[in-house]
Amino acid sequence: QVEQVKLLDRFSTSNKSLTGTLYLTATHLLFIDSSQRETWILHHHIAAVEKLPLTTSGCPLVIQCKNFRIVHFVVPRERDCHDIYNSLLQLSRTAKYEELYAFSYNPKQNESEQVKGWQLIDLAEEYKRMGVPNDYWQLSDANRDYKVCETYPRELYVPRTASKPIIVGSSKFRSKGRFPVLSYYHKNKEAAICRCSQPLSGFSARCLEDEHMLQAISKANPSNRYMYVMDTRPKLNAMANRAAGKGYENEDNYSNIRFQFVGIENIHVMRSSLQKLLEVSGTRGLSVNDFLSGLESSGWLRHIKAVLDAALFLVKAIAVESASVLVHCSDGWDRTSQVCSLGALLLDSYYRTIKGFMVLIEKDWISFGHKFSDRCCQLDGDPKEISPVFTQFLESVWNLTEQFPQAFEFNEAFLLQIHEHVHSCQFGNFLANCQKEREELKLKEKTYSLWPFLLSEQKKYQNPLYDPDFSPELTLLEPNTVSFNFKFWRNMYHQFDRSMHPRQSVFNLIMNMSEQNKQLEEDIKELEAKIKQRNGQPDTALVKEHQQSAPSVPVALKTPPCFKKEQPLIPVRDAVRTIEGSNTADNRYSEFVEEFSKAEPAVVSLEYGVARMTC
Amino acid sequence: MEFAELIKTPRADNVVLHRPFYPAVEGTLCLTGHHLIFSSRRQDNAEELWLLHSNIDSIEKRFVGSLGTIIIKCKDLRVIQLDIPGMEESLNIASSIEALSTLDSVTLMYPFFYRPMFEIVEDGWRLFLPDQEFELLSSVTDEWRLSCVNKEFTVCPSYPPVVIVPKSIDDEALRKVATFRHGSRFPVLSYYHKKNGMVMMRSSQPLTGTNGRRCKEDEKLINATLRPGKRGYIIDTRSLNVAQQARAKGGGFEQEAHYPQWRRIHKSIERFNILQESLIKLVEACNDQSHNMDRWLSKLEASNWLTHIKEILTAACLAAQCIDREGASVLVHGTEGTDSTLQVTSLAQIILDPRCRTIRGFESLVVREWLQAGHPFQQRCAQSAYSNSKQKWEAPVFLLFLDCVWQILRQFPCSFEFNEQFLLMLFEHAYASQFGTFLGNNESERSKLKLPQKTMSLWSWVNRSEELSKFQNPLFEANSLVIWPSVAPQSLQLWEGVFLRWNRSSKFLDEAQEEMLNIINYNKELQAKVNALRRQLAEMETDDKMLKSL
Repeated sequence: QVEQVKLLDRFSTSNKSLTGTLYLTATHLLFIDSSQRETWILHHHIAAVEKLPLTTSGCPLVIQCKNFRIVHFVVPRERDCHDIYNSLLQLSRTAKYEELYAFSYNPKQNESEQVKGWQLIDLAEEYKRMGVPNDYWQLSDANRDYKVCETYPRELYVPRTASKPIIVGSSKFRSKGRFPVLSYYHKNKEAAICRCSQPLSGFSARCLEDEHMLQAISKANPSNRYMYVMDTRPKLNAMANRAAGKGYENEDNYSNIRFQFVGIENIHVMRSSLQKLLEVSGTRGLSVNDFLSGLESSGWLRHIKAVLDAALFLVKAIAVESASVLVHCSDGWDRTSQVCSLGALLLDSYYRTIKGFMVLIEKDWISFGHKFSDRCCQLDGDPKEISPVFTQFLESVWNLTEQFPQAFEFNEAFLLQIHEHVHSCQFGNFLANCQKEREELKLKEKTYSLWPFLLSEQKKYQNPLYDPDFSPELTLLEPNTVSFNFKFWRNMYHQFDRSMHPRQSVFNLIMNMSEQNKQLEEDIKELEAKIKQRNGQPDTALVKEHQQSAPSVPVALKTPPCFKKEQPLIPVRDAVRTIEGSNTADNRYSEFVEEFSKAEPAVVSLEYGVARMTC
Repeated sequence: MEFAELIKTPRADNVVLHRPFYPAVEGTLCLTGHHLIFSSRRQDNAEELWLLHSNIDSIEKRFVGSLGTIIIKCKDLRVIQLDIPGMEESLNIASSIEALSTLDSVTLMYPFFYRPMFEIVEDGWRLFLPDQEFELLSSVTDEWRLSCVNKEFTVCPSYPPVVIVPKSIDDEALRKVATFRHGSRFPVLSYYHKKNGMVMMRSSQPLTGTNGRRCKEDEKLINATLRPGKRGYIIDTRSLNVAQQARAKGGGFEQEAHYPQWRRIHKSIERFNILQESLIKLVEACNDQSHNMDRWLSKLEASNWLTHIKEILTAACLAAQCIDREGASVLVHGTEGTDSTLQVTSLAQIILDPRCRTIRGFESLVVREWLQAGHPFQQRCAQSAYSNSKQKWEAPVFLLFLDCVWQILRQFPCSFEFNEQFLLMLFEHAYASQFGTFLGNNESERSKLKLPQKTMSLWSWVNRSEELSKFQNPLFEANSLVIWPSVAPQSLQLWEGVFLRWNRSSKFLDEAQEEMLNIINYNKELQAKVNALRRQLAEMETDDKMLKSL
């Protein structure tokens, strides 16, 4: 506990600040300011801690979080600052999974609730919903003991004609053993999305079993014998891989395939792209042109567009040509997951529901071994493995929700909450890198699943404009990917910078209103019943008027907010109409006056050069 | 002149109309004195397109064999294409459109010919008169008076006949001040902040010249607005450099020595051709769908449009801040005081004054701060983004203002009585209209043209309940607070309703909007019903009680 700590405003130029007390708990960093407002920061969310050079007012400490919150403290005594710094470094870097918050987090559930929670999403059920197994596709037991591929799930669906030797042979010819398997089956078109990793083709190597495998996939589609093989990498990268004995399919060796590169960059490019984006958006006194040119040079929106363009290519092959598509990148767990999951989302309206979206993430991301632990840096590891691949997926989905406001059952807050928990390590779902590791960690016994918690507060995540009939089942959602449709996701990257957001939210208002509508419908029913009753039996005793107003939510103080984290996007019911936070102090134009009203010298030129005063 | 002389081919059949996001339709094209009319032949879906010639910004013609193609680019940024069979017909039609869309004489414009098909409930020309405005003012302060010094537009040609000035300054002094200000635009009241009695005035630059001329009356006039011992702020909408350069041409700025109670702040807002070029570049960028992401972003950046938005908003916020937070009076001017000055004074009022966020209040603001204040609409809006001739006076000053309002509306979606459509409508009518409201460059010209007698006012049409309902914001809840918008680049957005309007299908967004309306209306309905049932039940209960007590 350190007192008299100042929390600085990230974008302010004058040294405006809140003074309060900083507490360090086992799991959180807590700051309580003089007006008793609390800021909770989970240790696992901390991406970087930096100690800046000592100033006259104290020792500045900057904490960057994985949810894009940046806090800037000034600690009066250097020794305290040093202590906090060291503690945070230790607490935010965990060496073992067992030390993560999920293993100590206890949401007061009993064991059967915990088990039921984990059973909420059942992938076997999901494949059944898609229509497999069927005449063409079957469940394979080849990987039942993770013998063929360690990073795949136990249960895999493959073409009926793909025998075990073919599977094993093919897996030996694929990077990390990730052979082609079913990711999504389109009932109406009888076409499939399959996924795998790159072939170990080098410059000339071939593998008959792998060729058989692809043939089996194309034969499993009676509507179109041709199939597409999509390599989601830029061609240059794929070619470079050949020198390492990897590479891409040679069209001559495979019958009936059409090969296509779609050019999504690799995890390292994406990591530095996000870094640049954050640097630009975090600049104080940013001009419009610096923002736009920074946005451009970061390449971030270009990458998002590339991901969506790839998904669009995939779904067109399926919806228009009824052709099956095999998707891969290098290892088949980053770009492949993005493209397969977005493709399925565009093809199948089920994935646009709250539950369906959870299923989609469980299937294409968690079960197929997207390396959440490495990519999100859950344990102290190789910084070169960190990459915002999943964030890009969420951002692509957000872009779709912007273009199709009625197509999704969930809202932006849902995406943000998932992003929050992918990094929080509070629930077991996203821990570790693959299913095998998760089983070894006994996550289902020792931790809780995120999904039942999200479902229990579904109301917060519901899109009031959702129209289940917006697109009938299995009709394609076709986004427009012209560049101007892609916007900077302010609510993600500035989630905690309140002054930048609209001060009144139409969305919240509509959400509350549609919530209120349900309540009103109930009230009407009740009132009508009472009136009817009265008319029938005029002698009944007086019935107390039904109380209509919603009970106010008690604020639980001093408990780590598992879900009661600050929700800048979802203020409480009545706060919507007040314009909190709209004051000059929050905005940057304010500081000119503040400063020059104090300044008396004849010529003052202010920091930005925006306002200038002369005599 | 007869329009018939300009129309060599009044009608062409088998014309094909191409519009973005609609299938091509075949039909008949007719030219009248003021309209281009296209009607499809198909019975099932008899579509008609009426386009005002004055809405046409530029046309291009091409020929393939005897098939002529005319591409029409409109001031509201729409682009349509007409395929006309027959070389001669095409040429005739193209030259007629060209001639009719560039008529020199204002009196030949459509508003002088337009006969409304609706009943006029309230004459828009008689709304928002300065006297009414002054009446409101005099209910809160007696420090101001209405001056008729400009009755015959003799003192200042670009001011209205009556203006509001400090009570202590007589007309004689005003005449003297007028000689000291560019275009005779002496300081007048723009806004009175009831909360603290501070005011915002506007004028043009003082004519100090290189030798530092001064004018005692001018100093007296603006000092009359200060409380004893208080300071005021002069917001000069030019950079210090530009203001200094203006001295060489006889202009200049208030010298500290002569205005010791005032602090001057320079906020650079661009003017004229720089703004026009910015608009042209922006529209070019938006119209090209083939841009990859880098190119789109760099084009958007190069247009500088959002930079202008940020500059204007920042200056307006600063003015509002001086008044509301610093408790100081403000004088705003640039060079002429007819462009950036009005952007700043009108936006500051939107921020400060809840009345300006209502439909009536906003109309009144446009009338006071733009029309009566002498923004030269006819010059500024003569051409829009597709003009290819070198322009001198055109500039999207008013569009930038509307865009800034839209930015604030987006940040405070419940604080405005009007919606985006309302702003869009004003944009369209400022550039091409059947109404006389935006004709002419100032009140003097309007009175010479006898617009109130000869044309219909836009407000007469807008304020009818049938029209008004389209422009109402269903989420509006009056809010008496000052609203401070964010001017961070991350908070500013491209106004898609204007700039991407013709470049993408907005079907899904429109449908979502409709669904939102449904929810709101349903909510009102339910609430009314609940209240009615409650009342019914309560009545029954009291009846019961009475029965029992009997």
